[in-house]
Amino acid sequence: MNYENYLSDTVKTIKPSGIRKFFDLANEMEGVISLGVGEPDFDTPWSICEAGIYSIEQGKTHYTANQGLLALRKEICNYQKRRFHIEYDPIKNVIVTVGGSEAIDIAMRAIANEGDEIILMEPSYVAYTPSVQLAKATPVYIKLEEKDQFKLTPEKLEAAITPKTKAMLINFPSNPTGGVMTKEDYEKLVPIIKKHNLIVLSDEIYAELSYDDSFYSLANFDEIKDQIIIISGFSKAYAMTGWRLGYVLANPTFTTAMNKIHQYIIMSAPTAAQYAAIEALKNGDYHVEEMRKSYLARRNFITRGCNKIGLTTHLPQGAFYIFPDIRCTGLTSDEFCERLLKEEKVACVPGTAFGEAGEGFIRISYAYSIEHIKEALKRMEHFLKQFQ
Amino acid sequence: MKEELLLSLLETNARYDTKDLADVLLADEDSVIHSMNELEKKKVICGYHTIINWDKTNSHKVMALIEVEVSPERDYGYDRIAKNIYRFPEVDTMYLMSGKSEFIVIIYGKTMQEIANFVGSKLATTDHVTSTSTFFVLKEYKINGVILDEDEKVEDRLVVTP
Repeated sequence: MNYENYLSDTVKTIKPSGIRKFFDLANEMEGVISLGVGEPDFDTPWSICEAGIYSIEQGKTHYTANQGLLALRKEICNYQKRRFHIEYDPIKNVIVTVGGSEAIDIAMRAIANEGDEIILMEPSYVAYTPSVQLAKATPVYIKLEEKDQFKLTPEKLEAAITPKTKAMLINFPSNPTGGVMTKEDYEKLVPIIKKHNLIVLSDEIYAELSYDDSFYSLANFDEIKDQIIIISGFSKAYAMTGWRLGYVLANPTFTTAMNKIHQYIIMSAPTAAQYAAIEALKNGDYHVEEMRKSYLARRNFITRGCNKIGLTTHLPQGAFYIFPDIRCTGLTSDEFCERLLKEEKVACVPGTAFGEAGEGFIRISYAYSIEHIKEALKRMEHFLKQFQ
Repeated sequence: MKEELLLSLLETNARYDTKDLADVLLADEDSVIHSMNELEKKKVICGYHTIINWDKTNSHKVMALIEVEVSPERDYGYDRIAKNIYRFPEVDTMYLMSGKSEFIVIIYGKTMQEIANFVGSKLATTDHVTSTSTFFVLKEYKINGVILDEDEKVEDRLVVTP
């Protein structure tokens, strides 16, 4: 039997992740120094872990309401208001999800029809294109460029909109570029979003990791707030990747639709993680700030280090990635990463893993200690000497 | 120069070399050295210490926390009494406290007897000291944010993730 014939046509259209190849290669090698990890190097702060453990000891091991514990939804709303000045109702506007990934999936499936065009940025997080494909919609790409600091410009947005455009998915601060959008940057987009009644899925998972400017959301603009679906979670801000907890904030029509999908595919997010998240939101601001300061120091160190060894790298304003330009070597992103791994045992991710517009760049994570980064830079400098 | 960031980096690792500090601060090395010199002069930076787990060496030390009750002096309060105490080289650390006793003094010695002798003959007899309570430390678990007995953390993150 050829089981390939039994696979869904939709699944067949999804390309294997460009990251997989490097994971397999790096995993087989000894002594690899990785700069390829998309998660914090901090452990979850103990008070948060303890709250999760305590909930289990108290027998809180059952399903919660589909939308998540009301106490958590209230804390999410308090947090959004306190940190970003955006007001939501815990009953009408919030669904607690299994990571930001589920939030992206249910948001996309709730709004997309076959034939709809969904605008995506390139380069961008690897799951966005598949989420559009799984919803049977059509991805349309806007290429973000280094000369614009990987920001979305109004000209590019206007040019990408067609009568079939339904929504746009953005992610600022960005994985993989570290690019951000300021209030002033967004002000130029708001009239376009309003004019075209565009729905915006805004993945704000790195919101707390904003450096020189405070984070600003499109949902801060009252005139389009109901058009914005905020996707966020606990993984990056609170170093809680393994707890798999995120949330989505949207108008009640959208949350009702998303909850239909969520209740049948998930039922409810993990209960212990929800209790831990309540503690994170209530008492975690100190930890978030300490981690942000640590990332900021490492961002400076690695950006300057890369520029010193000959890789032009702009100083990113968010997340924990830099996106160096490797075109001076004459290698493709893929060749660069493969050779760097094989010759110097340093694992990075080619820019093309995040879309074709990533060609000529690599993604480097700085969620590592300064000592670790220093050793990796030393090896990279040795690798680059052959191209001088 | 981001002074607060410089200080917090040195607080966690006094061995950072100035070249690396300059990269973290996006400054030049000379200005980092200048800032550190200035902070030393102003006594903002008071030293560059190392955290040592003496239990893992052959050199055994005894540590005691001593609560010291005193009666304050007119016009001087506690500061002159404190000076008379912290000038003893045996005194490693000293704090003025709220609560039952006025001072907490931390003392290291080679033996418990050595510390007892110091407390009985020097500390308790200092003018204005009315009583002392000595607590010997049996085990140190965490010092200045560093857990002493923690096993080296095994990196359990995947090598490459999205």
